[in-house]
Amino acid sequence: MSVKELLKSHGTPPREVYFDLENSPFVPKEVVEEMLPYFNKYGYGNPAITHKPGWEAYGVLLEAKEFIAKTICAESPEEIVFTHSGTEANNLAVLGIALKNRKRKGKIVVSAIEHLSVTFAAEYSSKLFGHEVAVVPVDEDGFIDPEIFEAYMSKDVFLVSIQTVNHEIGTIQNIKELVKIAKDYNPDVVFHTDAAEAYARLRFSVKDLGVDLVTLSSSKIHGPRGAGALYVRRGIELEPVIRGQISVEKLWPGAENIPAIVGFKKAAELAFDNFEENVKKMKNLRDMLMEGILDRVPDVLVNGPRGNLRAPDNVNVSFLYVEGEALTIELSLRGIYVSSASACTSRMLEPSHVLLAIGRKYEEAHGSILFKISRYHSEEDINYALENIVEAVKRLREISPIKGVKNE
Amino acid sequence: MPLLYSPKVLEIFKNPKNLGKMEDASVVAEAGSPACGDIIKIYLKIEKVDGEDTIVKASFESYGCAANIASASILTELVKGKTIKEAWNISWKQISDELGGLPSIKYHCSILAVGALKRAIRKYYKDRQRPEWLPEEETPEEKQALEVERLIERLYKGLEQVGT
Repeated sequence: MSVKELLKSHGTPPREVYFDLENSPFVPKEVVEEMLPYFNKYGYGNPAITHKPGWEAYGVLLEAKEFIAKTICAESPEEIVFTHSGTEANNLAVLGIALKNRKRKGKIVVSAIEHLSVTFAAEYSSKLFGHEVAVVPVDEDGFIDPEIFEAYMSKDVFLVSIQTVNHEIGTIQNIKELVKIAKDYNPDVVFHTDAAEAYARLRFSVKDLGVDLVTLSSSKIHGPRGAGALYVRRGIELEPVIRGQISVEKLWPGAENIPAIVGFKKAAELAFDNFEENVKKMKNLRDMLMEGILDRVPDVLVNGPRGNLRAPDNVNVSFLYVEGEALTIELSLRGIYVSSASACTSRMLEPSHVLLAIGRKYEEAHGSILFKISRYHSEEDINYALENIVEAVKRLREISPIKGVKNE
Repeated sequence: MPLLYSPKVLEIFKNPKNLGKMEDASVVAEAGSPACGDIIKIYLKIEKVDGEDTIVKASFESYGCAANIASASILTELVKGKTIKEAWNISWKQISDELGGLPSIKYHCSILAVGALKRAIRKYYKDRQRPEWLPEEETPEEKQALEVERLIERLYKGLEQVGT
């Protein structure tokens, strides 16, 4: 089967709107241009080597650490450790702490809706070192009840990992409160939060939250793939989980991806310039899309909370009586690029664990579509999307034998 | 794992043939369930042609992915004009081949399509005299289709139990 033929059959729609920022970024021109010199003109050396291109690379790496540290109110740039992705940062956090605790019996506490790079890393630690993994349930909007969370605390818990913002349904967790509960119980517990979905869209201070480890990712903020970061509070000890030649990062061997780190920093700068305005724009477009869908398409469920405790960029809805994969293809033919948590798109024939954890039935999860809004979208984009969503859902419902709905 | 469809699947997804309910169908059957995210419902109009029970018209409705819709559509094309005996022998592999080869993870869509067809044929002969060529026992292909349904149901029930 040839990809070329498939793409030819698909054709290029007259207008294209990319909403799948969860799965891969759209990298704006300013970011790409900022990166380009670092491939062959300046700072293309290895930052650990003693020559001019190496020192240039080291200099720009430090600047990126300084900037990122400042944006999350870290005490020192040294607390920022670069990896090559958010998945790697989550693995470093969970397995790095697990390795440190490999000789003891102990417990890792995660929520039921963590990113799989946390969930699977915790399960792996259980397999390797016999650590117990406790999974805290969430309510129908994805929130953790502090009282239930407290019931999971015990003296043998050495690591807690709870997302700041959920990547699928946009739930904003009260991390500060959960940290307080965990630390009141045991001041030595390490608290990790995967903030890849929160960074550059919510303002937060690591000091105020009281967290020890924080995951950030370039590709979630319109930066390029190939750069992620873990904030490691000074004094927190963890072990590297991969082995190899140390360059700058002692915790993540291998040469740092300087062009990607430069792009990561530039993307963060752009997001933090006019931060409030950017967020306000995203929220307006988010509400326009979500309300538009609810107004114009019958039998739709909103996945995740509504209002201020929903991430400014997240729209996730289930279109009942249609299957999500078919809908992603129907929308793709119309130039609207989204993803679904349907079993058919998971390649595992199982729908998303996040949607099941908030109590969605299989048939409700199958019809889910995730849109990620960004400041690069316009009202025209949303209107174009709405018109086509109405048409696409109508067409697939006409094909469907399940009719809980009148197609007018 | 990339999910690459053949251009044929995409073409049929865009313009499915024989789509929709058939008011004067001789028999209707479906396979799959909403929980597994895959339902194929087929409608057959059966008449005697030269003394043989023949499928003169076929149509479908489908809830599922692009492969599901394409499998159902191609099946209705394949059976049209065939005697029921001929239709009984259509295999899931034939459907997959007609579609330019389905990705392996989507084989179950063509298995489900054949399952729905066989179920319709069984149903048709339920109150009629069973022809000799129609095996009394469930065939491996029918079992396979049922297994696809059951697998997901088991999974679903398992999860519900965990939830309670």
